[in-house]
Amino acid sequence: MLLEIKDLHASVEGKEILKGINLAVNAGEIHAIMGPNGSGKSTLAQVLAGREEYEVTAGEVTYDGKDLLDMAPEERAAEGVFMAFQYPVEIPGVNTQVFLQAALNAVRKHHGEEEMDALDFLALIEEKSKLVEIDKSFRRRSVNEGFSGGEKKRFEVFQMAMLEPKLGILDETDSGLDIDALKVVANGVNTLKNADNAFVLVTHYQRLLDYIVPDFVHVLSDGRIVRSGGKELALELEAKGYDWIKGDEQAEAA
Amino acid sequence: MTTSETKPRAEEHYLAAFRDFQTQRAGRETPWSRKLRANALQGFNATGFPIVRDEEWKFTDVRPITERAFAPAPLHQLNGLASGGIEDFTLGDLQSNRLVFVNGHYTPELSQLQALPQGITLGSLAEHIAHGSELVQEHLARTAGTTAPSPFTELNTAFMQDGLFLHIPNGLVIEDPIHLLFLSKASASPVMTSPRNLILVGANSQVTLIEHYASTARDEYFTNAVTEIVAGRNAVVDHYKLQMESETAFHVSTMQVQQERDVRFASHLVDLGGRLVRNNSNAVMGGEGIECTLNGLFLIAGEQHVDNHTVMDHARPHCNSFEVYTGVLGGSARGVFNGKIFVRRDAQKTDAKQSNRNLLLSNDALINTKPQLEIFADDVRCTHGATIGQLDEDALFYLRARGIDKNTARGILTYAFANDVMSGIKVEPLRALLEREVFTRLARM
Repeated sequence: MLLEIKDLHASVEGKEILKGINLAVNAGEIHAIMGPNGSGKSTLAQVLAGREEYEVTAGEVTYDGKDLLDMAPEERAAEGVFMAFQYPVEIPGVNTQVFLQAALNAVRKHHGEEEMDALDFLALIEEKSKLVEIDKSFRRRSVNEGFSGGEKKRFEVFQMAMLEPKLGILDETDSGLDIDALKVVANGVNTLKNADNAFVLVTHYQRLLDYIVPDFVHVLSDGRIVRSGGKELALELEAKGYDWIKGDEQAEAA
Repeated sequence: MTTSETKPRAEEHYLAAFRDFQTQRAGRETPWSRKLRANALQGFNATGFPIVRDEEWKFTDVRPITERAFAPAPLHQLNGLASGGIEDFTLGDLQSNRLVFVNGHYTPELSQLQALPQGITLGSLAEHIAHGSELVQEHLARTAGTTAPSPFTELNTAFMQDGLFLHIPNGLVIEDPIHLLFLSKASASPVMTSPRNLILVGANSQVTLIEHYASTARDEYFTNAVTEIVAGRNAVVDHYKLQMESETAFHVSTMQVQQERDVRFASHLVDLGGRLVRNNSNAVMGGEGIECTLNGLFLIAGEQHVDNHTVMDHARPHCNSFEVYTGVLGGSARGVFNGKIFVRRDAQKTDAKQSNRNLLLSNDALINTKPQLEIFADDVRCTHGATIGQLDEDALFYLRARGIDKNTARGILTYAFANDVMSGIKVEPLRALLEREVFTRLARM
């Protein structure tokens, strides 16, 4: 098993957001996590990436046989966990190419590999930028600075392609994208997918799942996974709306 | 009995030193220059050194300077100092017209001048003073004290030793930058050097100037520099000042720029060294259509104190000014930024932008920042902002989430913050050198 989350509780500023998440992801699988705003989807992604503002109060997360929660964010990244940010931060003054090189070499160093030489690195950029149809001029710009919303999301997928993670977590990467950009993002994931890696797609909309077919769909509500199923669950959810889930919960509580 | 009755005024020391100084300079002065110096000394003595009750010196206590007895190094003490390598200070492979001044004195054997277009005068100011140059008499000390009078400017005029005299007639371009290296070397007693530059750029002419202050010594010395620049119509002047004094040095400088119509002037000031530093950068836009930039970067740590006072004086309409000052402070460093913008009654359609961004890397570092706008015209646009902060946590996490360790990520972000001002440096070898220097210094902060 690549990722195993057991009874995960997490709080931010003393407020509990995740209230006992259980999830198992095997290599070769794509999982979609859906849910209404405020259900804890993004918190789950952030906790997995190692964001320090989120305090894990209970539970455990095992990644590739190791205790994920015990690892610094950079260690998780080096071990193959990649989160595509919902809101990629603009970093003025940090050249994109310098950033990519630093990231790639940090991960290589972690695995005891040599730094990639400049020519190989440029060739890799060339190859991967085709995959996400990103204009190469981004290399001369600062990280995310002045990128449109769609460019930022494509750049996240591009970085994922560069780093080739074992576990890709896409935090609402589809939000705010036009249909062309959405297809580019989906194509990126579909191309990167293989038997040894896995993807967790955190999304608010079923639309993404028209282009990336998940093996499992989980519905998150109020910090818990309230329903899991195959790809047809997403369609049902789309048809009935999130109130359907909430109604369920109320029924259970009653 | 109070101490003020027993302790002589700090100024007395300089009055006495001036008598020795005059003797040293015998044969190299004219009646005009003697009078200029004497008047300046009188002015200095009347005002006296500033104290922290003076509004302009509120955050910079100059007593560490006034408590010490600095004096100019006589020329004969230069024996031996003129030799010795300057390869650490040649700005990499920069091709330039280089003038080197050691402890205040022009040192031809270390300097390197290239062939220049006919009509240009470039050389030692002291020589042109000694020869009674009319252009020097017409312009020297005419503007330095006009925008922001300062006793240090008067002190410099009284004790000025040497520096660049440059006159470019109309319509000429000096291709390679002029590199002015003011080097302080070890000396038996505490040295005060008083560099003085006079730069006259004719209409449609172009030049790049690099003022570079450095040291091979670790003793206490005091640099008190003044640079006057007069730029004629449509002239293009790029000015850089690298303050890389030793960390035991005291450094006060004043730059006064007078601009005529359509001038493009840009100054980039980089402060890395010095124990106590005060820079005054004053730019007067005396014609329409001028574009004036005053940028600065200070990167300080330990006990360093750097104070940047700037004045953008919009005297005429339709001028644009740009100002970005960036500070990175570690240790218990102290920084001061005071940016004044005047928009005179005539100066309609002024567009003035100012920002001061500061990054504090430690809890003991401190910055005092004050934008000061005085606007007397009604159809103008002035924006200003000052920020003081720590590194952006979101950016830090973003880099870490890509595998970059925390320390490296902090280094990358700090460097990016500082790099903002450096990206405006057009002289490629200079920028490369500064980028390396800043990177190395940040790694130690």
